[in-house]
Amino acid sequence: MIEAKGLAKTFHTGQGRVEAVAGVDFTVNEGETVGFLGPNGAGKTTTMRMLTTLLGPSAGTAAIAGCDLLQEAAKVRTHIGYVSQAGGSKPGSPVRRDIALQARLYGMSRPEAEARADEVIAQLGLEELANRVILTLSGGQRRRVDLALGLVHEPRVLFLDEPTANLDPESRNRVWEHIRRLRDEHGTTVFLSTHYLDEADKLCDRVLIIDKGRIVAQDSPQNLKSAIAHDTIEIEIAGDAARAAALIDAHPEVHGVSVNGTLLSIGCRGAERLLPDLLRELESAHIRADSLRVARPSLDDVFMTMTMTMTMTDRRPQPGANAVRA
Amino acid sequence: MHTVRDAGIIFRDEASAAAQKRTGLLIGLVQPFVYLALFGPLLVRMLPESGPSAWQVYIPGLLVQLGLFATGYAGFGLIPDVRSGYLERLRVTPASRLGLLLGRVMWDVLALFIQSVAIVLIALLFGLRAPLGGVLAAIAMMMLVGISLAFLSYSLALKLTSEWLFAPVLNGIALPLMLLSGILLPLSYAPGWLKAIGSANPLRYAVDAMRGCFAGEYGSDAVLTGLAVVVALMIVSATAGTRVFAGHNA
Repeated sequence: MIEAKGLAKTFHTGQGRVEAVAGVDFTVNEGETVGFLGPNGAGKTTTMRMLTTLLGPSAGTAAIAGCDLLQEAAKVRTHIGYVSQAGGSKPGSPVRRDIALQARLYGMSRPEAEARADEVIAQLGLEELANRVILTLSGGQRRRVDLALGLVHEPRVLFLDEPTANLDPESRNRVWEHIRRLRDEHGTTVFLSTHYLDEADKLCDRVLIIDKGRIVAQDSPQNLKSAIAHDTIEIEIAGDAARAAALIDAHPEVHGVSVNGTLLSIGCRGAERLLPDLLRELESAHIRADSLRVARPSLDDVFMTMTMTMTMTDRRPQPGANAVRA
Repeated sequence: MHTVRDAGIIFRDEASAAAQKRTGLLIGLVQPFVYLALFGPLLVRMLPESGPSAWQVYIPGLLVQLGLFATGYAGFGLIPDVRSGYLERLRVTPASRLGLLLGRVMWDVLALFIQSVAIVLIALLFGLRAPLGGVLAAIAMMMLVGISLAFLSYSLALKLTSEWLFAPVLNGIALPLMLLSGILLPLSYAPGWLKAIGSANPLRYAVDAMRGCFAGEYGSDAVLTGLAVVVALMIVSATAGTRVFAGHNA
């Protein structure tokens, strides 16, 4: 559905050339939800703006829904919806009028546009806000209006640039629900950028990690996690922690042990499978374990490993199975 | 067809938005009256002719001045729409680029038309006498100037995208344009070098042509030259505006 080939953008500023996107290649299949993950300034928005015909690439091209981005920009526009970071709703307009305006611009007649506006309003649960002026809505409500604007023409591909930035947890969950439904019920291809790892983990079939204008990894969140990061088991030892550490380190499936006071941090794969084994060994050596915790790898780990833009200071396991940055 | 349809859609939306803000409309209608009442009597006394003919000279200039300082500032309305992402959202739709801009221009020109008619009607009370055909021709010409000014103002706003830049830059352009158009004082008083600069100002020809229309001299050189200049200006402005808009990256 999206096929980017060597897509690049270089900006010329007063300070010189800035290579925002350095030639990216990737494919997004029909019906897939793909996350575009990267730190601020990695080139996410620039790539999105090129794919949505807003910005001409310096090199390369892309095909969207079978149409060439450069040769058939007008056709591309009929197939895509775009919700930018800023949104794009007209602050002074009432919700319903703004959505109907958008539908009109996609070629619908006035009655068609109004009927369609009511449909999307219902789809996104905006019925009670339909006549409110957009300016007066809360951030979460406004985000749903933005989504409605992007969906009004039932696009085959929907581009979402940081769809839940600055939303409270409840609003985020609501937006996520709508995005999931797009894939499950409408078969829409969704390409979303985010710097929230949990968002990519929860929504996306596949994740592209971009850093400094280059794609540094792409796979399913599951595969990325198991390829990069380890599980960590933490055991609080009552007694001689050093002896316990030596014992556990000898186990062939343990990758490493670090000791911090009476606390052992054990790096391994398949923590659940390994844990009973380790406990038995401790017991037979008469070492008592006071408490234990298991932490699964998070996309955080993957992200940090891949982008190396952050120092890995705190990789101690956090309570809860899939601890990720909120 | 596509362009006209899309322009119509945007025009209607701009009109609904304006209808929502009634004070804006009211100010727009009071403005011409203020211009006329505070400015007209002063100028009419200074001009060599007196009586109705002075108004025939002053009103066309006033119309151009209004165009310059009302329609010419249309770009102000675009800047918040750039910032809110509204404009970008429109540009992702398949709508005609020219149409998206033209719809706004049409609304601005309608506002200018209503104000122009109001000025002429009020001026009749002050003592203006001019042939109906000439007045209508002058207003029509004024609309063409208004289209140009609106397109140029939008181009400038798209290039600057900040009110803090847009206001001083626009003032810096509009003021010399006004001074060198012979609106306030006839350029015949100007020294040679100033006249030479003034002759590069398209608005000057528009003012002369509209004065010709008010005086009923339809076939005169001034009117024909003015018409040619105004039409050419409109084509250039609309082309420039659409280009800037289509390639806009903010």
